[in-house]
This record gives sequence, C-alpha cells and structure tokens, in this order.
Amino acid sequence: MEVNQMQRSFLEYANVLFREGFLDGQFSQLQMLADESNPDFVVEVVSLFFEDSQKLLNDLTTTLDQQNVDFKKIDAHIHQLKGSSSSIGAQRVKNACIAFRNFCDQQNVEGLSFGSSITFAFLFQLEQQIVAAGGAIPILSEFS
Amino acid sequence: MLPNFSSAEKSQGDFSNFVRKEEKSTSLLRPLTEPCCVVSYRMELCNCIEPPWPADELLMKYQYISDFFIALAYFSIPLELIYFVKKSAVFPYRWVLVQFGAFIVLCGATHLINLWTFTLHTRTVAIVMTCAKILTAAVSCATALMLVHIIPDLLSVKTREIRLKNKAAELDREMGLIRTQEETGRHVRMLTHEIRSTLDRHTILKTTLVELGSTLGLEECALWMPTRTGLELQLSYTLHHQNPVGFTVPTQLPVISQVFNTNRAVKISPSSPVARLRPTGKYMPGEVVAVRVPLLHLSDFHIHDWPELSTKRYALMVLMLPSDSARQWHVHELELVEVVADQVAVALSHAAILEESMKARDLLMEQNVALDHARREAETAVRARNDFLAVMNHEMRTPMHAIIALSSLLLETDLSPEQRLMVETILKSSNLLATLINDVLDLSRLEDGSLQLETGTFSLHALFREALNLIRPIASVKKLYITMSLSPDLPQYAIGDEKRLMQIILNVVGNAVKFSKEGGVSVSAFVANPDSLRDPQTPDFFPIPSDNHFYMRVEVKDTGSGINPQDIPKLFMKFVHSQPHATKNSDGSGLGLAICKRFVNLMEGQICIESEGLGKGSTAIFIVKLGIPGRSNEPKLSFVHKGTKNQVKPNFSGLKVVLLDDNSVGRMVTKGLLVHIGCDVLAVSSGDECIRVVTHEHKVVFLDVSMPGVDSFEVALKIQEKFSKRVDRPLLVALTGNNDRMTKENCRRVGMKGVILKPVSLDKMRTALSDILEHGYLVESQ
Repeated sequence: MEVNQMQRSFLEYANVLFREGFLDGQFSQLQMLADESNPDFVVEVVSLFFEDSQKLLNDLTTTLDQQNVDFKKIDAHIHQLKGSSSSIGAQRVKNACIAFRNFCDQQNVEGLSFGSSITFAFLFQLEQQIVAAGGAIPILSEFS
Repeated sequence: MLPNFSSAEKSQGDFSNFVRKEEKSTSLLRPLTEPCCVVSYRMELCNCIEPPWPADELLMKYQYISDFFIALAYFSIPLELIYFVKKSAVFPYRWVLVQFGAFIVLCGATHLINLWTFTLHTRTVAIVMTCAKILTAAVSCATALMLVHIIPDLLSVKTREIRLKNKAAELDREMGLIRTQEETGRHVRMLTHEIRSTLDRHTILKTTLVELGSTLGLEECALWMPTRTGLELQLSYTLHHQNPVGFTVPTQLPVISQVFNTNRAVKISPSSPVARLRPTGKYMPGEVVAVRVPLLHLSDFHIHDWPELSTKRYALMVLMLPSDSARQWHVHELELVEVVADQVAVALSHAAILEESMKARDLLMEQNVALDHARREAETAVRARNDFLAVMNHEMRTPMHAIIALSSLLLETDLSPEQRLMVETILKSSNLLATLINDVLDLSRLEDGSLQLETGTFSLHALFREALNLIRPIASVKKLYITMSLSPDLPQYAIGDEKRLMQIILNVVGNAVKFSKEGGVSVSAFVANPDSLRDPQTPDFFPIPSDNHFYMRVEVKDTGSGINPQDIPKLFMKFVHSQPHATKNSDGSGLGLAICKRFVNLMEGQICIESEGLGKGSTAIFIVKLGIPGRSNEPKLSFVHKGTKNQVKPNFSGLKVVLLDDNSVGRMVTKGLLVHIGCDVLAVSSGDECIRVVTHEHKVVFLDVSMPGVDSFEVALKIQEKFSKRVDRPLLVALTGNNDRMTKENCRRVGMKGVILKPVSLDKMRTALSDILEHGYLVESQ
C-alpha cells in the first residue's frame, strides 16, 4: 500500500514534469558553445550523456535486482545521473532523479525501480526528441 | 451683785462673815473691785481676787460645767476645722480660717480661764483673764467685721453652685438631645447604606421598608407606586403583608395631594384610604405619617440643571406607629423619614440608570460580536479570494502561455489556408483569454491596493507612437482615421509606469475605435495647466504641479455612437456594458474602463468621458501625474541598458586551468565552456591525478565539490601544500550544485577563492573567471 501511494505521488510528479519542457536553459548554453573549432560539440556531449545515463540506469537496475541491495551505490548512481543531466540541461531527467532519490533514502526497492523506469522513459523520450529534431533543435525560450 | 464667797473665805473665819455683814449694806454701791480692795487689806498677803458673784452652789456648779464644755468645744472646733481643711484640697479663705481659729481659741481660752474665776483666784489669773477677754474682744470684732465681707461671698458661692447645677442639668438635657440626633443620624446612615448597597429596585424598596420598620418600631409600613397612567397609586410593597393584592387609590385624593405638595413628612389620619391597611379592630390606631418619594427619570437629568421636579411622578410611603401605644411622632423621627425618602429616590434613580446602561452595554456587546464575526467572515472571504486568485494566476497563465506559444509556433509551419485560419482563431481567442485573465487579476490586485506602479523613465513620444501603431491596423480595417497631436511643451521623457500608461491609452483609444463606425479618432496630449485642470465634474480635484512633476492631459475624441448622458456614471463600473444590446463586435469583459480608472487614480489623476448624446460622438479625457526626469529623485534610466554591459570580452586565451570532475558529461560540458572562452583546459577525473598534474603554470583549478567518492577539500589542501610559494599557487574555485552556507564555509576554510553554482552558463563562467583573475577572489559567489 505504501508503495502504491508513493508510486502515485511519483506519477503525479512525473505529470508535472511532463508539462515542463524536456530541456532547460542549460541546453541553450551548450549550443552556444558549438563554434567553428568545435562544431559537433553538442552532438558529442549529448551522445556521451545518453551512453552514460543508459549505463547508469542499467547498473541501477542490476543493483536493485540483487538480494542485498547496496543503497549507497544506488545513491551514487543517482547522484551521477543527476549531475550529468543537469550539466546538459535535461530538465526532466534531472528532476526525476531528485524525486526518486527520496526512495533511496527510504531504502524502498520497489519505489526505486519504479522511479528508475520512469527516468528511463524520460531519457528515451529525450533521445527520440533530439534524434527527431535532427540534432539541430532551435533555441527554445522558456515558458514563464 | 454681791460677790460670791467660796468656802475659801470660810477659812478666813469670822472675819469674812464679819466683812460680809458689814458690807451688806454698802456692797451694792461699791464697784466690783471694791470688795477686792476691801478684802485686799486682808488679802494683800496672798494677792488673791475674789470672784464677784454669789456662791450659789448648784447654779455655780452648772455654770462651771458649762464653761468647761464650752471651752472644750471651743478648742475642738479649730482642730476640726484644721483637720477638715487639711483634708480638702481647696479652701480659699485661709486667713479667714486663722482669724476664726484665733477667735475660737481665744473664746475657749476665755471660758477656760473663767473656770478659775469661780473661786478665789490670784491677781495673775485675773490679769490673764482680762487679757484674754480683751484679745477675744478684738478678734471677735475683727471677725465680725470680716464676716460682713465673707458671708455675701459665701452666699454667692451658693448661688453660683445652684446656677452651675442648673447649667449642668441643661447641658445634660442637650446632651441627651444630641445623642438622640446622633442615633437618628446613625440610623439614617445605616438605612442609606442598606438601601444603597443594592441596585435592584425591589430590594431597595423592600429594604427601606424593613429597615424603617425596625428602626422606628413601626407597626406597618407601605409603599404605593404610581401606575403607568399615573392616575392611580397601587399598593406595591408592605412590611407585613407578603403579597399585597392590587389595592389602588386614585392619585387625586386630597390627602395624597397634600402629601405630594410638600417634601416634608405629613401626619395623616389613620382612617384615610392609604392608611387602612390592616384589619380594623384595634382600639387606638397609632399615628400615621406619609411622605412622598420622587421617582426620577433619566430625562429629568438635564445637562446643566439638577433634575427638575416639575414632571411629577411620586410614590407614597406610609408609616404607621404601633396602635395602642402612646407613642407619638417625634420631630427627629419625621426628619429621619424625610431623609430616607430622599435617599430612596436617589437609589431608585441609580438603579434605573444602571438598568439602562446595562441594557445599552449588552446591546453594544452584541453588536460588537456581530461586527467581529462579520469582519472575520469578510477577512476569510478576502483571504479565500486572494488564495484562489493566486492559485488561478499561475494555473491559468501556464496553459494559456503554452497555447499561445504553440499556436504561434504552429503558424510558422506549413499550413493549408483553412488550417491557418483555424490556428489564427485559436491564437486570437487565447490572446483574448489571456488578456481577460490578466485584467481580472490586475483588477483584484488594484482593489486590494496591492498593486504598485513601476516607475521608470520612458519616452512619451515613443509610447504614444507604439500605442497608436497597435491600434492603427484595427482602425484601418474599420476605415477609421487616427490622428495624434502631442503638444510641444510636453517633455521628451517622463517618469512613470510606462506599461500601465500604455494600457490606459490602449484601452481608451481602443474603446474609441470600437464604438466608432465611421469617421475617426483624434488623440491629443498636452501639459495641463492649473486652470484647465479644474474639471467641473470633479470639483474636488486640485492638482498642483511642482518642480518634479507635471500633469499630462490626454483627450481622445471620437466620432462614434456617443453615449447616453444617463449611462455615463456607469461607464467606469465593473462588468457593466454601456450598450445592453451589444453588437457582435463588442467583446471584452467590461473591465477595461474600470481598470483604467484605477490606474489613473493610482497615478493621482482623473479620467472622465463626455458625450453630447447618442450619435454625437464622445470624448475621453484623462489627466495623469508624471515625473520630470533630470530633477532630483531620478530613478535609474531603464532604456539605457543592455548594450553597454559586456562590450569588452575579457581575453582568456591560453589561460592554463585544471578541471576536476568525475562526472564525464559534466566534465565535458565544463571543459567545453572553458575551451570556448579560450582557456587551455586539462580535465581530470580523480583527485590524485589532479594533485599530480597541477603545475605552477596553471592559474586556476576548478574542483567539483559535489563528488561523492572524492574529498575535494582534501585535494584542495594537498594542492596548497604542494606549492610552498604563494605566487606559484593556482587559484582554487569550487563548482557545486549546493548553494548552502555549509558548502561555502567549507570551501572558504580550505582556501578556495570562490564558489560557482552549477549549472554554469557562458556568461557566468566569463564573469567568474575575470573576477577571479582580477581580484584574486570571486567578488560575488554565484
């Protein structure tokens, strides 16, 4: 029952995240860094991010599947993911990490796996987005 | 007188007999002393003196004894006198006493010495006797003379004594009187105290009767109160009857009038109707006294006068002495009754006043409670509304903006004409909705008083131009002309709320355009001088221009449908459409003018609309107060901005820096940033590596301090240790996602020169780096 409640609140939060943009201002900053000396900067960073994140989330899932879950390790993973996503400006992913880090503090395995799957989903969406936009996304102004 | 020969002469023998015989015939003629001389021949031998009177034995004896007792008494009298005088404290006539004592003593002495003269006695005794007698005579004469003076005095003492006694008796009488009066006074005080100790009407009256009854020993005591009409007196309280049943007497009875006409207690006949309270059957009813008790009303107390006793309502108090007693009403008892009656009147009036004030107070309290309740309800309502608005503000605006943004974006894509039209309609509707929401929210804030104008300097000309440019398309669609004329004495720039002023202009001009079907709108603005400021519609408005401010007057004249003069007052009311039969073009919430009015008022101005009637067009006039730039209190010029800030890009080319971040993505991003700025970046992912690679060539070391596995503070310390010489040491900057005080403290403690908050933007990095290099530390840790 407790899990369901948490899942529910997380889902609600995910809805909020849905309403927000995929990427925040940080991404625009990244785009500004692409110049003649480094034209593919954004692509490189983004690809690195996706690689990293997927690896992290896989590790996370594996760790969660074990008998004795090492919450410290999970916390470290989430921290990493949060750092990466904030550097790149992947807002939803970052917020999702912040949100389901709470499950880690509570040592809630179900919550963690639930959260991680949601984050995975966001990641996937983001990837789709970026790929669909051909890797050249116009600068989005923030909706106030 | 024949001398009295004692037996002593017998011893003389015959010779004495012989002498006697011889003398018998001549003795009567001879003086007393003669026989002595006669005898002296014979007696010369013993120098004795013969007593000159006959020796009648019994008589002699009695005389002898009497003399003895007289002498005794005479001697004892002074002793007694002395004794008693000594005993008494006061005796004024001491010398009298002495004199008298002397007199008595001498008399006694005389009588004593007389004892010796009964028989033959020597000449010495005779001489002593003589002396004593002489002295006695002297003293007694003196005493007699003295007594002439003394006795009147003594008598007067007696009179004085009698007078004093009388006086004392009189004083006693008066004392008695005073005591009675004091008793009476005490009774009155006690009664008054009893009466005044309560503020309840019934208790007052009951107590009065009881106390009076007990003080004066009355048989019966009754109180008759006037009825409502005042025409009758009703028996209200009695001492002994528990529940007096509705006896009434008409007020006009002569005996009652008599009592009511004087403020004194009046003796009345026991057979009068007011006194016939108890069953008859007693022989001699006691005396009855009646007194009036004025019933004072609140209205009797005028501000400056004492209560006028002209409006008469009196109650009647009847007091009956016990029957069959010979008691009579004494004066002091009557006085007591009068005083009590007055006190009762006062106490009753106090009770009445208290009742009134208690009622008023209760009423006030009720009202207070109700008001408080209403206020709290109102507050709750306002709070609820504000909460609602605050929530709706955000909730409504977000989707609104999403719709507007996405619709605009959509318009940029390839659409078929129908699709374009549809999207345009969506956009227009959403814009309208957004405006509506903003209006409502603004108005509520305006009404709260929470809206504050944002003052800034702006160009008046530009403002008007822009406003009219916005309206112009709409006007041209309706084939209306718009003209603008700005007076030359209007300043170029003004200080005020540009946005809100724009809103006002747009609203007013927009209305003008909306309600005109042909012709056009002309807008004119000029500086208002005090004369033109005097608006007949608002005579209270006296704007006074000063050195810092001026009043701008804008007139917007249109050739539209005009307004019915009756509708003009309703124009500025909320949600009221001036035309109930609205055309299909008229939209809007009806809030526009209401909001305009509030904005204008906030700008300390006035707005009004004049029209000569339907079909004759209308003119909207508003005056607002604006500041003059270039004077004191000039706020920062908001239009001079933006271009001047980062004109010079600091050149970091070739700056060697080290970056420590274990997050690959983060590391790549930050490196990219720094490379873009122009730095030569060496990026490492572990603390040890960092310590190893830092050289004196590196000017700055960026350390990410939110790495879980690495203690960046340790790294910082180690780097500092590595470089002993200050000048070689690189500047350490922390990169962190935590903006809390602890992190900053820790960074400072280990010697870091600055903290930069992630995520870092290009500008932020630039500024931070230039700050660090220029000042040696971050001026503003971001």
